[in-house]
Amino acid sequence: MSGTQAAAGRYLADSAGEHQGLAVVLFTVFVSVTLAITAWAGRRRSSSEEFFAGGRMFSPMENGFAIAGDYMSAASFLGISGLIALFGYDGLLYSVGFLVAWLVVLMLVAELVRNCGRYTLADVLSARMRQRPVRVAAGTSSVVVSVLYLVAQMVGAGSLVGLLIGGQGTAARTWAVIGVGALMVFYVSFGGMRATTWIQIVKTVLLISGTVMLTVMVLVRFHGNVDGLLHAAAAGSGHGDAFLAPGLKYGGSWSSRLDFISLGLALVLGTAGLPHILSRFYTVPTARSARRSVVWAIGLIGAFYLMTIVLGFGAAAVVGSDTVRSSNAAGNTAVPLLAEALGGGSGSTWGTVLFAVVGAVAFATILAVVAGITLASSASVAHDLYTALRRPAARHGRRDPAADAMEQDEVRVARFAAVGIGAVAIALSLLAQDQNIAFLVGLAFAVAASANLPALLYSLFWRRFTTRGSVWAIYGGLVPALVLVVLSPVVSGRPDALFPGVDFHLFPLENPGLVSIPLGFLAGWIGTVLSPEPADPGRYAETEVRSLTGAGAV
Amino acid sequence: MDKDDGGDPLALRVDDPWRDAGGAGLWVPEQEVPAVPPAGAAQAGAAGERGSVFLEVQDSAAFQEVRGRYRGFVFPAAAAFVAWYLLYVVLATTAPGLMGRQVAGEVNVAMAAGLAQFATTFLLTWAYVRHARLRRDRAALDLRWTLATRTGQERVR
Repeated sequence: MSGTQAAAGRYLADSAGEHQGLAVVLFTVFVSVTLAITAWAGRRRSSSEEFFAGGRMFSPMENGFAIAGDYMSAASFLGISGLIALFGYDGLLYSVGFLVAWLVVLMLVAELVRNCGRYTLADVLSARMRQRPVRVAAGTSSVVVSVLYLVAQMVGAGSLVGLLIGGQGTAARTWAVIGVGALMVFYVSFGGMRATTWIQIVKTVLLISGTVMLTVMVLVRFHGNVDGLLHAAAAGSGHGDAFLAPGLKYGGSWSSRLDFISLGLALVLGTAGLPHILSRFYTVPTARSARRSVVWAIGLIGAFYLMTIVLGFGAAAVVGSDTVRSSNAAGNTAVPLLAEALGGGSGSTWGTVLFAVVGAVAFATILAVVAGITLASSASVAHDLYTALRRPAARHGRRDPAADAMEQDEVRVARFAAVGIGAVAIALSLLAQDQNIAFLVGLAFAVAASANLPALLYSLFWRRFTTRGSVWAIYGGLVPALVLVVLSPVVSGRPDALFPGVDFHLFPLENPGLVSIPLGFLAGWIGTVLSPEPADPGRYAETEVRSLTGAGAV
Repeated sequence: MDKDDGGDPLALRVDDPWRDAGGAGLWVPEQEVPAVPPAGAAQAGAAGERGSVFLEVQDSAAFQEVRGRYRGFVFPAAAAFVAWYLLYVVLATTAPGLMGRQVAGEVNVAMAAGLAQFATTFLLTWAYVRHARLRRDRAALDLRWTLATRTGQERVR
């Protein structure tokens, strides 16, 4: 991506001045609103329930908007429509995977997790298992997933600023990454879950409004004739009808085909293991409202991805794939360029306004997503790692002064953890600034699917699952996923790799999911079979009864 | 939603976990589970005691019914949509010829299959929610009541 940054900057440089002013104004308005929300939410008493779960009294609609806000990252808004603009149908495959994943969440995870846990994934596992090892394992994998996802988003923020305001050097991108990091830490440490949720809601409304507006403009331009739009897109892409069929991006070698199947598997199974998605179910009072929030989220996310398909084909038709590619080789500027063209082209008033609006919406999107992830990972650090390593195991539901003091302690640790995670993410993002970010998102999903999902599903549905099984399932998915990435062509052996100079790639695929997800399930099974002590039937009965009835849910 | 800030009071009622119980008229305890005074259960909060209550409920016909209905819907549905999605991805990557065949106008098999994925996702969401609402929610709520009185662990808001 780095080589094209300069070209993109040059391409946009002529109109950069006008874009910059308006985009900065719009973005400042968004930041002011979110800071006001944070200040308002920060006035409340900081119990851990308030900080990690926002008081648990959000309505399903509000939580559904917030879930959609946590999920629809700039990678979807700019990345997927950009991929469609460049590769046609192969870009669409992503959006299908991202949506179908929600059925796993809806049917197997949302309600049961809401009923069994308090704040994090580890709560669900440790209800049945020995607290300490399981909390450490689940906390570690949650933090790893979150940091990978954070770095991808923040590198994206840097590139976006570079592209939108035409910053040629690295200075603008560096400051964008630092600014985004500082803001997200501020939101999370001062506003907790309540502020983060409202920021997601505002962002979702902005993102959906912007997407609806552009989609309507594309459809109006083609007089509502979808066939005409597809025809023009095929013509504008330079590929003809091949543009509308799969194969342009993933149809080459067998390893690239397998790579896509691996990515598809990771996308569809990973969502249910993402810590910042799981923690959202605790902001509503009951499992039934958790279910209804997911229904809202599926409606919003499905509509959004359908519209990104229109935008992607619209960009190919109106702007042309070659123009998009010359602006950014990954296609990330397809939607801003489409907005500009729909408004009347470069230099026109409406073109400038729409370009700035899209830029500001994309930036707001990134900011909200990173806040959600930072909150979830600081909850994992404070509620799982810190509790397990520093404190004796705490029983749920006890109300005594010591427990209250511990809650305060947890919240304080979480606030500092947010600062620490923010610092780590900023540092890693600055190091990875010139790297391709797409693989980081795919990797975060693959790690979530390999490490978190097997343990979660076994724990909810398998009577014989043991502590050793859960620890093995988590590390047995996490370690292979990370090792396979290090051995993949993303890290070495290719000109665009992290270390292009050396070649130690032994694994042909970019995405480890196809291997590491089955390994996670296998490790959990082997660990259970080899356990010294059998599973406690009473505790499984408690988990199963609670998960399906909601008895004793907080 | 934040009630202090002028939220709609109706919204709270919609999410009231006990709301469904009202429609059924007077609540009748489960016959399978012998009634135990809640105070006594709350005192005997030891893990073993609680575990045995949960084991008892797990064995009860009422709970088996709820679990059977849940698994009976969710497991086949999950197997079906995962298989359908994997079939779609594998076909898209390995059979571009088939997927590129025109159906109507510019719409080809691949495009139709992709839109069908969206459609089945929406359809299954609707079917699951309907099944849960009609076949599972009330029975689960009854069990929750039973357990609340027996273990005394339900927290009062």
